[in-house]
Amino acid sequence: MSGLDEIISAANIHAAARDPDTAHLMIGLNEVLSSRSVPGLEVQTEQAEEGVNLKFVVTAGTVIEKPVHLCFGLLQEQGIQRINIRMEVRDSAAIDVMAHCVFPYGKDIQHLMDAEIVLGAGARYNYFERHIHSDHGGVLVVPKAKVHVGEDARFRTDFELVEGRVGQIDIDYDTTVEAGGVMEMTAKVSGRADDRISIRETGQLVGEKARGVLTTRVAVREQARAEVYNKLTASAAFARGHVDCREIVQHGAFASAVPIVEVNHPQAHVTHEAALGSVDRKQLETLMARGLDEDEASDKIIAGLLS
Amino acid sequence: MAMLELENVNLHLDGTPILNDLSMELWSGYIHAVVGPNGAGKSTLASAIMGLQGYREFDGRMTFEGEALKPLPVDERARRGITLGWQEPARFEGLSVREYIRAGARDESEEAVDAALEQVAMSPSRYRDRAVDNTLSGGERKKLELACILAMKPRLVLLDEPDSGIDVESLGRMKDAVRLLRDAGATVVLITHSSEVLHWAEHAFLMCCGHIVGKGPVAEVSGYFENKCMPCDHRNRPEADEEFSIERA
Repeated sequence: MSGLDEIISAANIHAAARDPDTAHLMIGLNEVLSSRSVPGLEVQTEQAEEGVNLKFVVTAGTVIEKPVHLCFGLLQEQGIQRINIRMEVRDSAAIDVMAHCVFPYGKDIQHLMDAEIVLGAGARYNYFERHIHSDHGGVLVVPKAKVHVGEDARFRTDFELVEGRVGQIDIDYDTTVEAGGVMEMTAKVSGRADDRISIRETGQLVGEKARGVLTTRVAVREQARAEVYNKLTASAAFARGHVDCREIVQHGAFASAVPIVEVNHPQAHVTHEAALGSVDRKQLETLMARGLDEDEASDKIIAGLLS
Repeated sequence: MAMLELENVNLHLDGTPILNDLSMELWSGYIHAVVGPNGAGKSTLASAIMGLQGYREFDGRMTFEGEALKPLPVDERARRGITLGWQEPARFEGLSVREYIRAGARDESEEAVDAALEQVAMSPSRYRDRAVDNTLSGGERKKLELACILAMKPRLVLLDEPDSGIDVESLGRMKDAVRLLRDAGATVVLITHSSEVLHWAEHAFLMCCGHIVGKGPVAEVSGYFENKCMPCDHRNRPEADEEFSIERA
């Protein structure tokens, strides 16, 4: 099986990869393995020594009908992959992106992503990132993004790493939202053994009626550690925000959460909630009273939390 | 032999006696009610039978079909056919109604899931893909829990305040579902302080002050409960009542 086929198979996107109306870009280490674009989506790629530089532009007014698939694969046991991305979704344009990060054999791998995302007025950008890791834990993932959400634009991102071992992950997203704009950032990560999870998400609601939600769901077991830092600032009239963090801790694992909410305008409003601890006893006993043993019940509860 | 036997059970919570020398025998194939005022220890009794955390340490004897329950954790009791419907069912973020019902179901097929929902008057097409979270009302979660129990096909069902949060129109369907459980071979115990729910049962125990103080046909127990217990100024002291005329346990 070729590297491309293996990445497509691991990401389970056979149909999308074949569909002539679905744009995709498949990267193996620092090489473009396959690409397809659609009208209104401009893609520039530049190979670098340890990765690629990418630029995407969705032209003004263009609505990309089908989700665009990005695959970042590293099929070696060792290696570094640096991805630099600039994404421009221009005024009134819309795009959904499904990114699949595939590191099935990683023992000493670094996946370093640096993204700059700019949404024009009235634009919409949904970004779903799913990671498929090995069970070795030897993966370092460092996704960083600076996001600017223009007036009345909508930005949504879902980061999911619940298959295989995390290894070490260090998420750092910083979003600024203009008037009437909306951002929703969700991270769901499950860690075990000696995995290390660090999530830092900040949102600045700078425009009138800007809205934002930061949601984090983490489950850690064995000796895994998770640190979550969420900060949401509202500094304009009628800006509304919410920070929601839940972490389940089992065995000798460790979790911390620092939710910070700041309001710099008397007509802005931001709330937060954080819950850290073991699996809820009542949930556990409810499922055990149906005949599931404690581990099965815990797994089901955690799977739901991370779904 | 009784299905469930409790003999001289004493249980303390944080040093406070909740179950006091409680004895009862539960015969299979019936809908029983355990009725009593708030604070009588009814929910504690259900929790102790189910073996929930904090309720497994007690003095006395508790057996299910001759087997001591005390050493058995919750899931082992469930595998022997005992289950509990909570007064306020838990929420499960991200878990769908379908997965929730399948968790303990004997038959995990889509048809069985739908049938269980229909038995509690929940439309399968409307509910099966919804999450069991705070988007469901308390009453909806209550009905859903009963659907789970129906799908589980248990042998002994403890239902704590089965009417809690249920609207008037759905009460009749809940009663029907309880009878379905009985007709499917389950023994049902309704934990209640409601006269209406008491009348769903075929046999009743009257509980006061952590003790079973009387038992008998529902008509007799309900008469005493409604006329003597509900207006009682000296709640939890039935032994002081000279007109205590139902069969003493």
